[in-house]
Amino acid sequence: MTDQHTNPEIAQQELMAFMAGGQEFCIDIMAIREIRGWTAATPLPKTPGYMMGVINLRGTILPILDLSARLGLGACEPSGRNVIMVVQIGSRAVGLLVDAVSEIIMVKAGDIQPAPSVAMDEMKALIIGIIPVGDRLLSLLDVNLVLPELEAEVA
Amino acid sequence: MSADDPFEAIKQTFFLECEELLTDLEASVTALTFGDGDGETINAAFRAIHSIKGGAGAFGLEDLVRFAHVFETFMDELRSGRKACDDTAIRAMLHASDVLADHVSFARGLIPSMDEERSATVANDLRALMNGAGPAPLPAAAPEPSAPAGTTDEIEAAFGFKPVMFNLDALPEDAAMVPEGWTISFKPHVRLYETGNEPALLLRELARLGPCTVTLHAEALAPFADLHETAAGLSWTIELDAPVEKTAIQEIFEFVEDECDLVIAPKGGALDTPDVGDVDIAALLAAATAPASDPVVPAAADVDIQALLAAAQAPLVPPIQSAGEAPTTAPQTPTKAPAATAAAAPATSAGTQASIRVDLDRIDKLINVVGELVIQQAMLAQSVAECGLTASSTVKVGLEDLEQLSREIQDSVMAIRAQPVKSVFQRMPRLVREVAEMTGKQVRLVTEGEATEVDKTVVDRLAEPITHMIRNAIDHGLEDSEGRAAAGKPKEGTIRLAALHRSGRIVIEVSDDGRGINRERVRKIAIDRGLIAADANLTNEETDNLIFLPGFSTADTVSDISGRGVGMDVVRRSIQQLGGRISIASTPGKGSVFTMSLPLTLAVLDGMVVRAGGQTLLSPLPSIIESFTPREGDLHRIGARDWVIRFRDRFLPLIDTAKVLGFSPPDRGEINGKDGIAIVVENEGGSQVALWVDDIQGQRQVVIKSLETNYRKVEGISAATILGDGRVALILDIDALVVLGRQQANHADFKIAS
Amino acid sequence: MNKKILTVDDSRTMRDMLKLALSDAGYDVVQAEDGVDGLETLDREGADVVITDINMPRMDGFGFIEGVRANPAYRGLPVLVLTTESSPEKKARAKEAGATGWIVKPFDPVKLVDVVRRVSG
Repeated sequence: MTDQHTNPEIAQQELMAFMAGGQEFCIDIMAIREIRGWTAATPLPKTPGYMMGVINLRGTILPILDLSARLGLGACEPSGRNVIMVVQIGSRAVGLLVDAVSEIIMVKAGDIQPAPSVAMDEMKALIIGIIPVGDRLLSLLDVNLVLPELEAEVA
Repeated sequence: MSADDPFEAIKQTFFLECEELLTDLEASVTALTFGDGDGETINAAFRAIHSIKGGAGAFGLEDLVRFAHVFETFMDELRSGRKACDDTAIRAMLHASDVLADHVSFARGLIPSMDEERSATVANDLRALMNGAGPAPLPAAAPEPSAPAGTTDEIEAAFGFKPVMFNLDALPEDAAMVPEGWTISFKPHVRLYETGNEPALLLRELARLGPCTVTLHAEALAPFADLHETAAGLSWTIELDAPVEKTAIQEIFEFVEDECDLVIAPKGGALDTPDVGDVDIAALLAAATAPASDPVVPAAADVDIQALLAAAQAPLVPPIQSAGEAPTTAPQTPTKAPAATAAAAPATSAGTQASIRVDLDRIDKLINVVGELVIQQAMLAQSVAECGLTASSTVKVGLEDLEQLSREIQDSVMAIRAQPVKSVFQRMPRLVREVAEMTGKQVRLVTEGEATEVDKTVVDRLAEPITHMIRNAIDHGLEDSEGRAAAGKPKEGTIRLAALHRSGRIVIEVSDDGRGINRERVRKIAIDRGLIAADANLTNEETDNLIFLPGFSTADTVSDISGRGVGMDVVRRSIQQLGGRISIASTPGKGSVFTMSLPLTLAVLDGMVVRAGGQTLLSPLPSIIESFTPREGDLHRIGARDWVIRFRDRFLPLIDTAKVLGFSPPDRGEINGKDGIAIVVENEGGSQVALWVDDIQGQRQVVIKSLETNYRKVEGISAATILGDGRVALILDIDALVVLGRQQANHADFKIAS
Repeated sequence: MNKKILTVDDSRTMRDMLKLALSDAGYDVVQAEDGVDGLETLDREGADVVITDINMPRMDGFGFIEGVRANPAYRGLPVLVLTTESSPEKKARAKEAGATGWIVKPFDPVKLVDVVRRVSG
């Protein structure tokens, strides 16, 4: 699942488009387990600034990260309008706090263009391609990269 | 491993059974070591080895079978009394048990390699003992100097191979001359019938080899009334018209060769003189006096096999099906029988096997769900409370009952996972032997409370700390024989391993009757290593517990044996990670007692709910000594940032929980004595610190939820839980918190006169 | 109706192995863990053939067979002994106790079924 977006043999791919930090992004829809409204998280000590903390997801402890902060777009001030996309990263489930989800888009491998080099390191590290959709430009994120602390185990 | 493959499933059963059998074996050998054994003990040991061998053979585990066979043969010698069960024999059994356990572990893939050399040595030792044993050494005990891999003979012996007759008898002479057919003279003895054999079936088997002409000789038949008693009066001559090997015929009569007169001769020729080994003298005589070429029976009639079967079966042997309902259950009506059987079946299963095997995952899932149930119930109770119902309302009363039931379910579910510590304890005799041998000390291990139960997760993790404590006790605690003699003690040192329940925890004690802690030396080491001030004023107990401090045991104080490079601080740390504590009490010259206490389960935790920096946190109850609101003058500042608090007659370092965890708002002022509560907790080595929190909200039992499932370990936090309001609360890792506090405060525990 | 076989063995592994082989061959299998259990199970459930181990706690295979033969109802009941020892003494001892025949461990399932068939028709 992790390599689908780069695999030319796969004709079409479904992506979930969403807003974070005022910009448009998308991720492979296969990585999304559920989308839920924002609930206050219990902060975790000694963790990076983008870690919002943990919430109770039907009895399991779900870490929540602020994707806007993670992308270097500034910390989100969550309200009832924000949503949490619960994504699967390896064996773990992680909640990504975003502004809103917008739509599901279908793309072909050829629609995805390589990510141009951008200034911000945080952003560059996560974006694996860009997708022009009409006047809009969506950045394709690899969810496996959002939690660098876990990378060793995910790889 | 596939659960669908029944053979593989049985193999897993076999390994589980091996575990139990090895435990039984260990128990038997241990009993013999202490002179508590008798004939039945030896028998039990023999059976355990025998069963392992039997199963191993089925799975083609040749090395295991080979070793088990030698061991089994040795035990058989002891069992039969041909060899005395003396100290030498017991020592050999001890070693052999260990090697057998290794073979099983290796076959199971639990250990990467097998010490073949040791296995061969121990096997040879067993053989050597057997050879000196007396008049009846078994074939397998034959001397096989330097036979590490085992000879073919040995393998056969080990497998209990019954050499297939074709192979044995298929010698050139026979093989070259298979006759056209056979004439078989067969006269059953009474014993043949008594052992449940059946001439008709034997004849049927013969008919499978080829066309048969069967002649029944009824001349010796008794009067009809006595027919069933004297069935042996019947005899048969069978003409087998098929060029089969003689062995094929012999094989059919394999079970009855001693219970009949049997002559097998090539057709047309004279009846073969049977091998002496095949039949007894009576049979030989019978053969000699009953030439088959001259059927003496005038009434002899040719009968076909089917008719014979029918004839023979009816009068001679009652149908087996009737056996079950015969005399004992005769009055039962057919309709009642199934019900009775159905009712009886569970009764036996309860009597003979009062346990079922359940996949641990299923139980864990159940525990999780029950945990959720308890939380959900608490949430519901909270909502109801907020509705302001009266105490006598049916909703409230019902809810209280629900709470009670939830708790009971939780307790019952936790009890499912409870296991006796026996499985861990029984691994220790071997350890004691090994360490005793390495150190050249004589050690006796005494265990108590093996039946004490504790959660499976805890049982599994007890082995390591107990191992360390025992190694340490033998290596450092016990004196050598001369030392003991000089101290007026018995040459043999005693290590006592005990388990008991105490106030909702399991307590494991490892004590020795050795020299006790050399406090002067411990103190000197601690000062040398900068662990305590040179003029520190410590109680004996505090001094003893210095050995648990990180940095106390280093390479030159930990021998290879006791530590394998692991110091007591690591032992203590691993125990603390289980929510446990360890301490030592020592009497110079008399010995030491290590006491470790652990929670009965790792799935739930008793905690104190506290608030700090606006967050709700749980402090594990076992770590808490006391909590109190300080009075004016109890708090003192030392240096720029550090605080101490007066507790009893001492001053303890005060750790600002919110600050250490980074929860305090940046604008929060410094600690003052009015806006918080101090929780005194015990930390490493039993020394104490105080945690500063905003307030305490009460005690609660909570279900532990790992942060690592979806995230990772977080410094200062051991796990999380879900409170009654559905929110996540973090559980404090007291030890890590103290370390964090130290890093901030940067000085060690100390004591001042009050 | 399938023939019923009682297996008496203190080893769970062996019981499972026997059950697997015999069930595959279309036999119904009832199990007991030692001689005492075996006699009780036989009285309760009945059987067309019995297969018993020798070395067992409480009551060994020899004792069990003697117990079976002591009951006239089981006079012609085929009782096979499972043994790892192919020694003549073991067989003689089993015979003396009243065993019909023996099966040498480890057994080949085909051979096992063959022997069972041979003594039970």
